[in-house]
Amino acid sequence: MLNILVSIKQVPDTTNIRINPETGTLIREGVPSIINPYDVVALSLACYLKNQFGGSITVITMGPPQARLALKEAMEFGADRIILLTDRKFAGADTLATSYTLAETIKYLERENPFHLYLFGKQAIDGDTAQVGPGVAARLKVPVITYVTKIENIDLKEKIIILHRKTEKGVEIIKAKLPVLITCEKDLAKSPFVPLSEILKAVKSEPEIFAADGPVKFEREKLGLKGSPTQVKKVFTPELKKDTLIYDLSTTSIDEVVMKIIHILEEKKII
Amino acid sequence: MKEVWVFIEQEELKIHPVSFELLGIAQKLAKDLSGKVSAVLVGHNVKPLVEEIFAYGAEKIYVVDHKVLSYYRHIPYVYALTYLAKKYKPEIFLIGATTLGRDLAGGVATLLETGLTADVTELSIDPETKNLLMTRPAYGGNIMATIVCPNHRPQMATVRPRVFPIPEREEGKIGEVIEEKMELTEEMAGVERIGFLPKEKTVNLEYADIIVAGGKGIGGKEGFEILKELAHLLNGEVGASRFAVESGWISYEHQVGQTGKTVRPKVYFAFGISGAIQHRAGMQNSDFIIAVNIDPEAPIFKIADLGIIGDWKEVATALIRALKNRRGS
Ligand SMILES: Cc1cc2nc3c(=O)[nH]c(=O)nc-3n(C[C@H](O)[C@H](O)[C@H](O)COP(=O)(O)OP(=O)(O)OC[C@H]3O[C@@H](n4cnc5c(N)ncnc54)[C@H](O)[C@@H]3O)c2cc1C
Ligand SMILES: Nc1ncnc2c1ncn2[C@@H]1O[C@H](COP(=O)(O)O)[C@@H](O)[C@H]1O
Repeated sequence: MLNILVSIKQVPDTTNIRINPETGTLIREGVPSIINPYDVVALSLACYLKNQFGGSITVITMGPPQARLALKEAMEFGADRIILLTDRKFAGADTLATSYTLAETIKYLERENPFHLYLFGKQAIDGDTAQVGPGVAARLKVPVITYVTKIENIDLKEKIIILHRKTEKGVEIIKAKLPVLITCEKDLAKSPFVPLSEILKAVKSEPEIFAADGPVKFEREKLGLKGSPTQVKKVFTPELKKDTLIYDLSTTSIDEVVMKIIHILEEKKII
Repeated sequence: MKEVWVFIEQEELKIHPVSFELLGIAQKLAKDLSGKVSAVLVGHNVKPLVEEIFAYGAEKIYVVDHKVLSYYRHIPYVYALTYLAKKYKPEIFLIGATTLGRDLAGGVATLLETGLTADVTELSIDPETKNLLMTRPAYGGNIMATIVCPNHRPQMATVRPRVFPIPEREEGKIGEVIEEKMELTEEMAGVERIGFLPKEKTVNLEYADIIVAGGKGIGGKEGFEILKELAHLLNGEVGASRFAVESGWISYEHQVGQTGKTVRPKVYFAFGISGAIQHRAGMQNSDFIIAVNIDPEAPIFKIADLGIIGDWKEVATALIRALKNRRGS
């Protein structure tokens, strides 16, 4: 039996984000919230592993009250327990405060029944930091294996996992002792087929709500904005500036343009 | 004296060029802080690398040499860096935002209980507070955010490869080497590499001198054949917009931009690429940008050095012909 924890984040769908050109701020209206795509991979993997080995899936997220919708969706992947960490005091957390909050929650949840696997996304597409997974692993004192593309084998008796992780030079095949924390690449698992009965069950489910004052005992100064060493000083849209030399092929001959390019290539000692 | 630390990323005694880029920007930051640049070198039998690291501007090198560190593994590397940082208290700690560096940095910052800014593309010192200003793209590159870490040290960042130039190499420069002994064991590593499948063919986009890139305007796979020929004639590599990659015209290896590679060639050709902000994020530091687009309003023209309003194919084929003639004569 595999005891799996999945940590997911609700994010704005950044493919649909628009910027107000006057103020340089994000236009949030009409931008749908989705489960971070890499976290969907983590949920999918959890679903497959549960089918294969039996066991249970616990899903946590920290976010505003509306993040409950992400957790309800997680039920479709066969989650057994869903937990929403929501509280004003969690707000404004950077990756250090987030990893603290998530790690303390995980420690609380596994008091009696420790997890074998902690599944995180490779990164969240709103910030693309990829820091929360390694941060939580450091706090839980378990090995982290990032950028995982394939689970080759899990031997529950020996508590061994063999998996593939992507590096810049190729694919590393890693053997580790459970428990481990994995961050999921996009090809790791495909979304499972979900029967209608599960979807209907998911619609009716509601997450357990965890707040700053319980049930987990947090050190207040490590939460949210207060617990975040980094601060956003300024947000802006990058401005474009350059003196561009323009040729228009409707008024300039192609030969002249090509000569100009050749000249530049010569000047730069490329040819 | 305040120290600006640079993590030297090496695998099999080959230093990743991003480490040199970081030594370059670290010199500038150290100057603004009246501090010094120190490098952190971790691995096994890595001593031969110190000369090269001094040549690129380090004034001091901390070395941890241990068998357990012979290849990259998260826990022992995090342990070594955390140990050093706790003992010597750097002001700033920079790590390349590579696969390895990003895996490493999150663990180190957490154990040091300090802030970490990911995938930074601009770095400077605030003249008033002397804090490090770390600027990075957010929300898929739609906006830029400047992050500070005022009350915790070190100020940590992972920095995108190729956003800073590699500094001049100064042979014969040398400085202080501090060797740190550490107790590390195989057991503490927690994981073991039991195999490695190297990438078959790697496209060296990041460090290419010439990139011939194409986008939606190229119209299909056949278009890329023409660009490949041009790239070949120029000894360059082929780049692509996300649109071209997602259309299956060329593999992801070739993607330039926010979710692809950051590049810095001497010349970047953009054929049929509109110049969306996420694409620009990956190529705007190129020395010279030549853009060909039929739309005079295409944003790519705002960052191009040479803009050609017209059909990409006409320009590409005429250029190929001219280059061939030149060779022939
Ligand atoms: C989170 C996120 C991340 C992203 N990451 C990246 C990234 O890493 N890299 C990236 O490239 N994009 C990225 N994008 C996508 C990006 O926003 C653009 O959609 C994409 O770059 C557009 O590609 P394009 O320029 O090829 O296509 P288009 O924007 O459609 O431009 C095609 C251009 O071709 C011109 N054209 C057409 N015919 C011709 C012709 N015959 N001759 C000359 N010109 C012609 C047109 O005028 C037009 O300007 C990302 C988007 C999001 C939301
Ligand atoms: N607020 C959050 N709640 C739960 N999980 C999170 C949260 N933020 C990040 N994560 C997890 O950490 C991963 C990496 O996020 P990031 O470091 O923000 O890129 C995500 O894919 C999630 O699995």
